[in-house]
Amino acid sequence: MTSLTATQGQTGSGGQPLVLLLLKLRTFIALIAVFAFFSMAAPNFLSAANFVIMSKHVALNAFLAIGMTFVIITGGIDLSVGSIVGLCGMVAGWLILNGIDLGIGYSLYFNLFEIILITLAVGVLVGAINGLLITRLNVAPFIATLGTLYVARGLALLSSDGATFPNLVGKEDYGSTGFYLIGTGSILGIPISIWLLIAVGCAAAYIASRTPLGRHIYAVGGNEKAAALSGVKVNRVKMFVYMFSGFCAAIVGLVISSQLVASHPATGETFELNAIAAAVLGGTSMSGGRGRIGGTIVGAFVIGVLSDGLVMMGVSSFWQTVIKGLVIIAAVVVDQAQQRLQARVALQQQAAAR
Amino acid sequence: MMTAPDHRIGLSVRGATKVYPGTLALNDVDFDVHLGAVNVLVGENGAGKSTLMKVIAGVEQLTSGEILMEGERLSLPDTRTAAAHGIGIVFQELNLFPNMTVADNIFIAREKTRAGIDIAAGEQKKEAVELLKRLEHDISPDALVSDLRIGEQQIVEIAKALAQDARILIMDEPTSALSAAEVEILFRVIADLKKRGVGIVYISHRLEELIRIGDYITVLRDGVRTGARSMEGVDVSWIVRNMIGAASKDFAKTVQHDFGDEIFRSEDICLIGKTGKYVVDHVSLSLRAGEIVGIYGLMGAGRSEFFECIMAQHPNCSGAFFIEGKPLNEPDVAGRISRGLALIPEDRKAEGLVQILPIRENMSLSSLGSFAKGIHLSLRRERETVARFVRDLTIKIASMENPVSSLSGGNQQKVVIGKALMTSPKVLLMDEPSRGIDIGAKAEVFRTMRKLAAEGLGILFVTSDLEEVMSLSDRIVVMSNGRITGEFNGPDATEEQIIAASAIGHAPSGEANHMNERKHG
Repeated sequence: MTSLTATQGQTGSGGQPLVLLLLKLRTFIALIAVFAFFSMAAPNFLSAANFVIMSKHVALNAFLAIGMTFVIITGGIDLSVGSIVGLCGMVAGWLILNGIDLGIGYSLYFNLFEIILITLAVGVLVGAINGLLITRLNVAPFIATLGTLYVARGLALLSSDGATFPNLVGKEDYGSTGFYLIGTGSILGIPISIWLLIAVGCAAAYIASRTPLGRHIYAVGGNEKAAALSGVKVNRVKMFVYMFSGFCAAIVGLVISSQLVASHPATGETFELNAIAAAVLGGTSMSGGRGRIGGTIVGAFVIGVLSDGLVMMGVSSFWQTVIKGLVIIAAVVVDQAQQRLQARVALQQQAAAR
Repeated sequence: MMTAPDHRIGLSVRGATKVYPGTLALNDVDFDVHLGAVNVLVGENGAGKSTLMKVIAGVEQLTSGEILMEGERLSLPDTRTAAAHGIGIVFQELNLFPNMTVADNIFIAREKTRAGIDIAAGEQKKEAVELLKRLEHDISPDALVSDLRIGEQQIVEIAKALAQDARILIMDEPTSALSAAEVEILFRVIADLKKRGVGIVYISHRLEELIRIGDYITVLRDGVRTGARSMEGVDVSWIVRNMIGAASKDFAKTVQHDFGDEIFRSEDICLIGKTGKYVVDHVSLSLRAGEIVGIYGLMGAGRSEFFECIMAQHPNCSGAFFIEGKPLNEPDVAGRISRGLALIPEDRKAEGLVQILPIRENMSLSSLGSFAKGIHLSLRRERETVARFVRDLTIKIASMENPVSSLSGGNQQKVVIGKALMTSPKVLLMDEPSRGIDIGAKAEVFRTMRKLAAEGLGILFVTSDLEEVMSLSDRIVVMSNGRITGEFNGPDATEEQIIAASAIGHAPSGEANHMNERKHG
């Protein structure tokens, strides 16, 4: 009676598996469709130069969306990532320009490597504060990260009184030159930020699918109580996802200020919304327990290509906003259809196994 | 089929066929509901009972066949229409809103209002109290449902159905979370409803219960009606024969084996509840390898809380636990699992499983460490191990990648047991291991427990089913009001002794005392 090998073919009624497959690949299909459309509609869309520019834009959102995906899978939300981007940019700018004033007539300057590490640590620290608020003090994720959204943005503005840190070229003496390379340099013709995205994306996908931590992330989002009773250290898992999200945001802060060779305290405003949109577009469920890193990255590409393409076509930015909203809604509607169909196929297989 | 003349047929189903994609849930089933009588419906999980009831309650529609009321064809496109025809249902899965009060829940979507806008809260509360009084409970109408134990929630669910004043009342496993005393109360209410001419459809896996209160019985097997008659002369073996098709399944006959050394001990475990009283009151007990100890007690006796203490869910509980003589000091669940404890929780859906994850990931959730090298999971080894446990526990699955929610209750329970066993535990804690699963699956679960005990596991299980505790336990511990009030050797115990011990500490004496148990619990 126990049949582990019941195949889908014999139980499904004809086209269902195919429909399901199409639905599963919908974000990818959407990406191809968007690509095809703009290749025809927008001149120069298919040029290599445009690809490099576009992928740089997409990368920024993709970093944030990867961190956001983990948070959302655990059933939480991280609204603070946009502000962390801004804060981290300011931290990097401050360290390059001013160093740390020790208050004894000396200032401590760091080399580029140290500056990057400190900036990343600041992002992780804000994430850790989010995590502590949520796990130790039982603040709802939405509220906790809304709070840090304001606090981090305020600190960023305070750091320069709202001004921009310009001209972040660094000083040869301190080894802090070359900051611009993170955002503008390239290896083998591919921008460094894209290499970074590939590294972070692969690491995240690996964590999600092949490590106990990844399983625990899904379990916490699916049923926190059951996960806890199964021996999952729920608080540690939550700490990790918020710290990881902060880490991803810090990378974006570094990349943006490096691209501009300047840091502005308002950088990253509303980035959190784009990150959430990319995750949802990629099939992440806002109620937790479901989502894939690969899907999220494709989702980020759909959003990025869509907005860049529309710009190239000369569509007004007001219309762009409307279209982006419609695409997100459509994605969720299709997602619901997929869930229903999937549940039905599973039930059929189960009925056949009896 | 004989029909007593005083039991008019209030509703009948003819030729009911329900096809779900890929499966035939009902196949040409006839079913009559006699008014003023208890119409029992029985069958294994997946036999079609719940589908048939959902059809009558308007939740699902028939593929073919008809529903007749007073000789007229009835169309029941939704639950509202069914309710308008006087059909009420107590669902097997509790359909309550944990964030709302008892009174709000009882009158949900049927709120008593002034001028259609303003909720008459006072009136609702008064009526809720009366309904609960009929069920001999004094649960406050202002209490939040989430603060109630499962048994109490079931009482609220029943009160909700009573509030509808239904002419035909369907009860899908109403007693699965009730103690013996509460079952008695429910039966008195049912008798009262019968007198008022209400036709009751009663579904349960507890066969003795059915024989006691049923007037008519219908047995389903794989969507086909295999027997229907009046209850006169029906015995358990007749029911089982019709349900399963062959002779009675053997119910966990003891394989004799010797017990090993003490494997688990608790000393003076105390837990103080919200009200400042002891919920668990100086509980000390010990368990030997290979021994099955059953903890019996009424609702609120502190059994589940005791288990929660063992699994580190109450940081402020006092006392000490020992595993193989060594103190258990690990502060979290993961640490206690690593010491050889495993819990199978009472509420499968809320505490046992992550419904949207695949069967495989649910089963390996507690033992991921054993498939990991550093941080890398070996998916192959995981799949192999899960497949082995699926086979050993005879879990019926189409694919281990399907979500666990696609399984029947019995198979889900086996997944939870599998998850616990995959941690290779020394002590298994089972809270109501047979709640809401059918007789076939139950027998298999019990056989599994026996087998595991024979392999040297110590099993501690909690139940409010007297028959279960008596047939399965090597030793029986009775709890009442958080205290251990009796300890018996399995074979020597009598039902009277156990019931008497479970009532110790509940107000003076006599039958009505059960009413007061809430005040103490």
